[in-house]
Amino acid sequence: MSEDPTAAFRIEAGELLEQVEQGLLDLRDNLGDMGLVNAVFRGLHTLKGSGAMFGFDALAAFTHHCESAFDRVRKGDVRATKDLVTVILSAGDHMRALVDGDAPKATGDAILAKLAAAVDAAAGGGSAPVAAAPVKQGWTLSFRLPPDAMANGTNPLALLDELRELGEATIAVRTDAVPPLDKLVPNHCLLGWDCTLIGDISREAIEDVFLFVMDDMEIAIEPLAVEGEAVEATPTAESEAQGTAVVAANDGAGRAVAMRAQGEHVRVPAERLDELMDRVGELVIAQSRLSQLAHSGHDLALRSVSEEIERLAGEMRDTMMVLRMVPVSTLFGRFRRLIHDLAIETGKAIELVTEGETTEVDKTVIERLFDPLVHIIRNSCDHGLEQAADRVAAGKPESGLIRLSAHQAGGEVLITITDDGRGIDRERVRAKAEANGLIQPGQAVSEDELLGMIFHPGFSTAAQVTNLSGRGVGMDVVKRTIESLRGSIDVKSQPGEGSTITLRIPLTLAIIEGLLVRVGEGRYVIPLSAVEECLELSLEEDLRSRGRSIITLRERLIPFLRLRDLFATDTRPDTYQKIVVVGIGAERVGLVVDQIIGNHQTVIKAMSPLHRNVASFAGATILGDGSVALILDIAQLVALGQPKEERRLAAG
Amino acid sequence: MTASILTVDDSASLRMAIRIALSGAGYAVTEAEDGVEGLSKATATRFDLIVTDLNMPNMDGLTMIKKLREQPSQAGIPIIFLTTESDDAMKAQAKAAGATGWLVKPFQPEQLIRVAQKVLAR
Repeated sequence: MSEDPTAAFRIEAGELLEQVEQGLLDLRDNLGDMGLVNAVFRGLHTLKGSGAMFGFDALAAFTHHCESAFDRVRKGDVRATKDLVTVILSAGDHMRALVDGDAPKATGDAILAKLAAAVDAAAGGGSAPVAAAPVKQGWTLSFRLPPDAMANGTNPLALLDELRELGEATIAVRTDAVPPLDKLVPNHCLLGWDCTLIGDISREAIEDVFLFVMDDMEIAIEPLAVEGEAVEATPTAESEAQGTAVVAANDGAGRAVAMRAQGEHVRVPAERLDELMDRVGELVIAQSRLSQLAHSGHDLALRSVSEEIERLAGEMRDTMMVLRMVPVSTLFGRFRRLIHDLAIETGKAIELVTEGETTEVDKTVIERLFDPLVHIIRNSCDHGLEQAADRVAAGKPESGLIRLSAHQAGGEVLITITDDGRGIDRERVRAKAEANGLIQPGQAVSEDELLGMIFHPGFSTAAQVTNLSGRGVGMDVVKRTIESLRGSIDVKSQPGEGSTITLRIPLTLAIIEGLLVRVGEGRYVIPLSAVEECLELSLEEDLRSRGRSIITLRERLIPFLRLRDLFATDTRPDTYQKIVVVGIGAERVGLVVDQIIGNHQTVIKAMSPLHRNVASFAGATILGDGSVALILDIAQLVALGQPKEERRLAAG
Repeated sequence: MTASILTVDDSASLRMAIRIALSGAGYAVTEAEDGVEGLSKATATRFDLIVTDLNMPNMDGLTMIKKLREQPSQAGIPIIFLTTESDDAMKAQAKAAGATGWLVKPFQPEQLIRVAQKVLAR
């Protein structure tokens, strides 16, 4: 395993910038919080320090300016202002670009100019440095270490050895400060030394020996006197007093940092987890073949081993799942910045509330949720929330509220995005839908159906296309992305009160619990999370429902699809056919199959590129006997199964 | 006998760089990611040298150095801290807390090794 500190730094820099950004956003709401100021400063400081270590010089130089600005805030020299926070936020973006290595210098310069302006606006102050010394032909020195030098890890003997290495040294010890035995503190360093060093030695070289103790010790370094004049030791020991006073003020400031959970952590590249996942997947497949083999014979020993392996493989899979889970806070955190920017762009006051951030979801799912959520949130801020004046007129608080919440329900995670804006304008949706020919003028449509129109391609209700919400490539893309995650999207809206969009996403993408069914000769897997119930399609009902394909289930009409017909199996139906009722959101559809074989844990394999466009299948899996079963795409089938007539009947 | 070194830093990349440099020079390196962990590891095992960052979450290097020096068993163990040139005040404080020496970031691996050799002499 090769170790690359530079690669590690890139990852770390990303995290640091994330922390800095979160800190800045918190700070923006609470400008006086020194704990936050310190946290941001520390992030920038580490970024600069490590950046310089690993050759990111431009990054280090750029970050240095921001760090200095924050250092001044830390020292109370400059006030934290919203402008400063905004500039440093944009500086953070530039730092990210610098880490990635594609940052135009002009951008950086522009930000630095803004930074300077923001700092100037917030304060005044200054400082000045000092410089150093020349060279000579031999030296006399006289020195005494601080009493606690040895306790603090300095070894005087090592220092003397270093002096000897510099040149010809004559060293004499002074014992004048050693007290009587009863007053002696044994671990204090009480000796002093006088030393003559002959040779072409620079003053810096000598100072270098005493590098770490220089400031605290008594030392006199004099050029060698030409005619043996004795030089008295002139103590120069002060220096630390002022330093201490300066820092005491800022170190006392409270630490807002939550204690991190203790314990060891190992950082692993995501692709290794994916590899491991693949292996576990193959193991699960091999194990199910083994268990099939074991159960077909009568070898009890084999069967017991097979069961043991089944248990272990199951546990391993579960552990693997947990490894890939990350809290949604990593996702939600990124939206605080978005809201901040949107508030500036739209001129609206927007507040973001997040809930259920500890809910854990598969890493891949999290990554793929980002874009759809950005879109939804943009829409809410842009179309949903009103300008402050309109809100006040409507009796609402001035600042609009966006609420992001997540919670787990069974094998799914529910993410809801709520705004308290004006709600979706039904009239406008209707007008637009009619104009697009999605519905006939005057046609009666249900509430859900009408709101569902916003997911149609090319549908945008904003009278003017704004900068924020894009150009009508919108909710349809969102819907497709969510469905590609085997999830569903649902919208509710109350005029004048706001809208809620709910996403239901499976916790993981790689393995699903499935229901294995047989249709004709072929076997198929139905994701168990979509299965509502299974019932028998009696012969008479089968005959009665010919042509209509609707059954009544608990006083509800449910359309069904005969998979045998759909897949054109050309086989005779079994005598006792089964209906598997599946659903997404509020929609239900029955799937008629020949036989329900049972639960089957399924490792999803992607379809080959050639078959990627085949609707009604979401992927494939390998069964215990080595044969392949296709996994049904429930979203597609549900859509396919919703005939117009049923909707009308259901709508009454 | 191989000298053992504890490196305390919240930056994983920096710890890695320090470990690579020092283990390359023949030292046995242990890592800790903040002052709390550093303190507990240093208390549990006696190291020959501790190299610590100052700016860290949970417990900063300064506090850790103070707490270490409060323990009689930790007297005389060299502690090197990492600092930046802009941090002179911190430097004074760290020394007052009982640090042996420091290293200014950014540093070259050779500088680190030299400092380690310097304070580990004998």
